[in-house]
Amino acid sequence: MTAHLTIARRALLGGTVAAAALTALAGQAFAQQDLVFLSTQLRPIEEAQKVRDLILKGAPKTTYVVDEPAPFTVRMKAEQDAGKRTVSVVGALHGELQPLAPMGSLDVIDDVAAKVAGRGIPAGLMELGKLGTGKQMYIPWMQATYVMVVKKDALPFLPAGADVNALTYEQLAAWGKAIQEKTGQRRIGFPAGPKGLMARFLQGNLLPSYTASMVTEFRSAEAEKAWSDFKAVWATVNPNASNYDFMQEPLMAGEVWIAWDHVARVKDALQAAPGDYQVVAPPAGPKGRAYMPVIAGLGITKGAPDRAGAVALIEHLTKPETQVITAREVGFFPVVNATLPADLPAGVKLLSEGVAKTQTAKDALVALLPVGLGDKGGEFNKVYFDTFQRIVLRNEPIRATLDAQAEVLRGIMNAAKAPCWAPDKASDGACPVK
Amino acid sequence: MTQSRWLPYALIAPAMVFLGIFFIVPLVQTIMLSFQGGSGFGLENYSKMVGDLNFGLAIKNTFLLVLTVIPLQVGLALAMGMMLQKMTAGRDVVLWIWTIPLGVSDLAAGLVWLALLQNTGYINSMLFAMGLIEGPTPWLNSETPVTLFVAVVLAEVWRATAIVLVILVGGLQLIPKEFGEAAEIFGAKPWTRFTRITLPLLKPSLQSALILRTVLAFEVFAVVYALGGRNFPVLVGEAYVWQRENQNYGVAAAYAVLVMIISLAATIFWLRALRTKPEAQA
Repeated sequence: MTAHLTIARRALLGGTVAAAALTALAGQAFAQQDLVFLSTQLRPIEEAQKVRDLILKGAPKTTYVVDEPAPFTVRMKAEQDAGKRTVSVVGALHGELQPLAPMGSLDVIDDVAAKVAGRGIPAGLMELGKLGTGKQMYIPWMQATYVMVVKKDALPFLPAGADVNALTYEQLAAWGKAIQEKTGQRRIGFPAGPKGLMARFLQGNLLPSYTASMVTEFRSAEAEKAWSDFKAVWATVNPNASNYDFMQEPLMAGEVWIAWDHVARVKDALQAAPGDYQVVAPPAGPKGRAYMPVIAGLGITKGAPDRAGAVALIEHLTKPETQVITAREVGFFPVVNATLPADLPAGVKLLSEGVAKTQTAKDALVALLPVGLGDKGGEFNKVYFDTFQRIVLRNEPIRATLDAQAEVLRGIMNAAKAPCWAPDKASDGACPVK
Repeated sequence: MTQSRWLPYALIAPAMVFLGIFFIVPLVQTIMLSFQGGSGFGLENYSKMVGDLNFGLAIKNTFLLVLTVIPLQVGLALAMGMMLQKMTAGRDVVLWIWTIPLGVSDLAAGLVWLALLQNTGYINSMLFAMGLIEGPTPWLNSETPVTLFVAVVLAEVWRATAIVLVILVGGLQLIPKEFGEAAEIFGAKPWTRFTRITLPLLKPSLQSALILRTVLAFEVFAVVYALGGRNFPVLVGEAYVWQRENQNYGVAAAYAVLVMIISLAATIFWLRALRTKPEAQA
């Protein structure tokens, strides 16, 4: 019975065959055109087209290819093992570039760092680009973060004494409740769908705001408080939230008035009706207003077929003019010293103000994207999402759930041997879970 | 005639080689992978799979779905098949229309039903326009498990009843008319003719249809993923999530092996339950 082939296996097979065919095709195309720029960012077709048409204008002739994070790592490893590089420049998030360094896929680019020294990239970001090796492994490319988008319709219901630019989680819950009581609708939204970034909210916003930690204090009393406060927020969250992937969709549909998401995932709503929205910093807890900066970087592969071209491409992409075009077209913000022009599209302007409010809030607390987890990144996210599912969606007791999930988290940290990252205090060896 | 001895083997060889490369090898690889964990060869992936918070739910949902969808589909397909038998004019057109869903990919079918059933979908808009609901009513989220289940059942029945129908229509055509006519002469009522003549003679086709549908139903994924996302975990969906999102191929392989074992068990069950004695074959 051939029907015994499971769908999973069939898909796997089909995928492998298709990938092989594509690689073969792509290989031919690359032979004629040497400088290949592989990116895990700006993947949607419209964004990729903007990269090709606008952002890469004036750069050396480049083939821009995109891939999802998991196949990206596999491809880097495969090219390295095969001893045949096709990719010269890689563009990816900090956490995606991290595993490439120990793998030996990234070339040291201290020379490029010297060339872009005058661009005004903050020293802290350049330091991140060393990936803990002491040598420059990537050059910061662009940045983003997660913000809250508020539809102006929601403002009349703001609880007395609450400042929309300095909300706490308790005020957010009260606000949602007021909206629900007056309009009969639950109008707060979080991207808790299959492709949503809910785990990032829990890691980068909620927990650090209460515990000043992402990992170590996972099961602390403060974390318990964070979850019980968030449960109160969730009571006023739209029941469809577990299907939301990109918050711009429910915002545009008018289903949600207050939404948390990555700036790139709310951009369409803001572009469509900039007058209707305000972008604010995410709420704060007792330990501060935690937020997660997202840094994408540019690296050069070891054994790059066109290293000179790669250097020229990185120089091009970090030019202030290019960075402004990038902000305008795709909503990722400059890492260099560049003034955004006044004629910025209104939606992007709102976002850039929101990002600035988030970064400069006086109680701002930086929570970095997970570092050094390698292929355990997926399971790390699962710990947070599972905890959320159990406590918030399935109403399991908070203490027992945290204790159980902390065990899983400890196992992952030990297996990955990942030392702590901000806001957790530096550790020798694997980051401990208390 | 020495040639004829090896000729059959030569003719099936390409198929065997194909199956060997694209079925047996990946199968063995998957089984191997499912036993390889962080600390060498063992049951680590399986204990991780069983310990996961979605495992019990995925088992429950998958079985519930199979036990609901299969009887519905067989019942419907039998009824539709019998109706077709009675038709004279336009029979081919009706059969053709009924089998259209067969040509739709399961993900596409899921998306079509999503467009119909989501809270901003067509059915919601229609009911709202008719004044039957007050506003967009969600049916497909974690707070509405019953309607979500009904939606998945609806979509699955719509999508995959046709395959059962096609097999049963084939089987019905093989039953000689004389049996029915003879029974009629002896005064058998239609229901008696159906239960005493048609159904027993249809057993081999029913068996094939049930095996095929049950195995495919245990592999249900795309429709569920489109309609319910993570709100309705099923076994193959979990395999996908472990592979793609959690990036743990070992646990994904363990799920694949589990689905295979369940499918095999279901096949053996139907082979035994609907065994036809050689002398009883039409």
